[in-house]
Amino acid sequence: MITADPKGVLTGSHYLDGDHAVAEGALAAGCRFFAGYPITPSTEVAERISARFPLVGGLFVQMEDELASMAAILGGAWGGAKSMSVTSGPGFSLMMENLGLGVMMEVPTVLVNVQRGGPSTGLPTLPAQADMMQARWGSHGDYEIIALSPSSPQECFDYTITCFNLSEKYRVPVLLMMDECVGHMTEKIVIPKAEEIEIEPRKWFKGSTEDYLPYKPDDDMVPWMVKVGDGFRFHTTGLTHDERGYPVMSAECQKDNVGRLVDKIRSRVDEIVILEEEEMEGADVVVVSYGISSRVAIPAVERARADGMKVGSLRLVTVWPFPENRIRELAGQVKAFVVPEINLGQICLEVERCAAGRAETILVPHAGGWVHDDEDIYQAIRGGAK
Amino acid sequence: MPGLKQLAEREELMAGGHRACAGCLPMTAMRQILLTAGKDTVSGCSTGCVEVVTTIYPYTAWRNPFIHSAFENSAATMSGVEAAYRSLRRQGRIDKEINFIAMGGDGGTYDIGLQALSGAMERGHNMLYICYDNEAYMNTGIQRSSGTPKGTATSTTPAGKIRQGKKEFPKPLTDIMIAHRIPYVAQATPGYPKDLSDKVEKALSIEGPAFMNILTPCTRGWRYPMEESMDIARLAVDTCFWPIYEVEHGRFKVTRKPKDKRPVSEWLERQGRFSHLFKDKNRHIIDEIQEDTDRNWEWLLKREELTQA
Repeated sequence: MITADPKGVLTGSHYLDGDHAVAEGALAAGCRFFAGYPITPSTEVAERISARFPLVGGLFVQMEDELASMAAILGGAWGGAKSMSVTSGPGFSLMMENLGLGVMMEVPTVLVNVQRGGPSTGLPTLPAQADMMQARWGSHGDYEIIALSPSSPQECFDYTITCFNLSEKYRVPVLLMMDECVGHMTEKIVIPKAEEIEIEPRKWFKGSTEDYLPYKPDDDMVPWMVKVGDGFRFHTTGLTHDERGYPVMSAECQKDNVGRLVDKIRSRVDEIVILEEEEMEGADVVVVSYGISSRVAIPAVERARADGMKVGSLRLVTVWPFPENRIRELAGQVKAFVVPEINLGQICLEVERCAAGRAETILVPHAGGWVHDDEDIYQAIRGGAK
Repeated sequence: MPGLKQLAEREELMAGGHRACAGCLPMTAMRQILLTAGKDTVSGCSTGCVEVVTTIYPYTAWRNPFIHSAFENSAATMSGVEAAYRSLRRQGRIDKEINFIAMGGDGGTYDIGLQALSGAMERGHNMLYICYDNEAYMNTGIQRSSGTPKGTATSTTPAGKIRQGKKEFPKPLTDIMIAHRIPYVAQATPGYPKDLSDKVEKALSIEGPAFMNILTPCTRGWRYPMEESMDIARLAVDTCFWPIYEVEHGRFKVTRKPKDKRPVSEWLERQGRFSHLFKDKNRHIIDEIQEDTDRNWEWLLKREELTQA
């Protein structure tokens, strides 16, 4: 780890919404290439970056659509920059092909989705958490991805930096899955001094140009990276490839290549995952939540505890990879999981899969457009505690 | 061609009470287009100001059939509708003449929708595509598009210490459509309403694909008082920044040649989005816009001369 370049760090207290906080998080993380396309409710991130980047030597490019935006940030990363784009539902859909390309080429980059109601144009100005499964499975083929879900402007700042760090460490596009509420919620955020911000540097190859194999994995299964212009002659592609980066059309190479893309994440889930747990000791019911829903759940949890129920809270800061081990462990200890999410049942399916019948999984659905009524979450907790 | 008086007597197809801003010329254009096209018109619009202000549930301002699909595919959606209509006609299940009009703003046309537009024109669908060009993504809050003029301050090309608005000249979309060699291409603006409705009428009467690029000033994004919209639209033509012309089967016709061609600065100075250009250090950008305008105008006149001969 190194520390942040002070040029991009706006140290001090600020009153910002989540979108603006993401922009500052990206600047602090060292992001200097942004390609994007306007879409509500994420546009403010692009607007702030378009104004801030010229002052720090960054390059902001407004593209002609989201297909191009996603492709451009892959190019920006190969050019040596830390790169990012931001979008919402319809744009996220358009980015899926190139997201898969980023996974296959192992490109460290960050993509932010400020979720709104869908499908299609849906509810452009209102919140949802209904792209969570798309985040995991949206591009074709087998792969693993990392996705975080912030619940406040402060977390938007902090976890944008975490996203950049994870993307460098695992060489995978990392998703910040926000929602319209968090994106447009304005709160105090504190930006620390640059020397207090830890930055994961790119995994630069240090050997000679003759020795470089772009997809020869290191011990951590992650290959070393070089950038265009450094004199390395190399090949990268979306086709299944060997260690040289050249296409090989065989089942054996597919197994090695795609197997490693999956294993580099899957084998290190516990190292990647960030969870926030509260009052788990002796809990009968555990509320599993993420993003804005974890804040809406607080009054319901507090009320249930005041009524004498034993309620734990498990907040998924990292949603993907899914913390399977922890849910499996808890399933043997609790009666029920309560999962409030602004969709009609997505992450609850993962909880249910991991609980495997050993504890009940109670979904508290919301079709989108607003957040839950905490009464609904409270009633689900009561039901689970019986 | 119907006169303005006759148009005014026709059934109003764009209902009042929609949610456009006061002084919104995209909606003035829509009203004129529908009055000209009449009720037997299927219209479709990509995501954008016009779509949003006319279709907020549970209301619609469209008294004719209207389809909103997504941002990038208004031309593709209308291709499907028109192809279905042709099939139904072949089968003898429909005999009525129907107009098909796909629309999009400059974002939905110059940028994300260009591929679908190009495809629809190349396949030769009997439809009219209309770009209502207000020179930025106004619906999401004034971001630059590839149709935004050079020097324009938008929320993603802000004027500040380092940058002075958008660096690039706008994409020559109308020329790109002319290059598709479709039967009819035109530029218009509601500032000259008779010219606009005549072109819509002609575009719909010609067999095959047609394209119109309509400059529609936006009081919010261009930063001028709302009552000046029509003046601003006319001045764009009278400075030759936005020539109004048509290309019918390859023959150019400039439909308004200003007797007294005004300097483009007269158009720029009335709009807040260009105010930074009038600082001494930025005056050269105005000169560049003038040079570009002159060059485009001369080239247009030349093409008219060559093709009318």
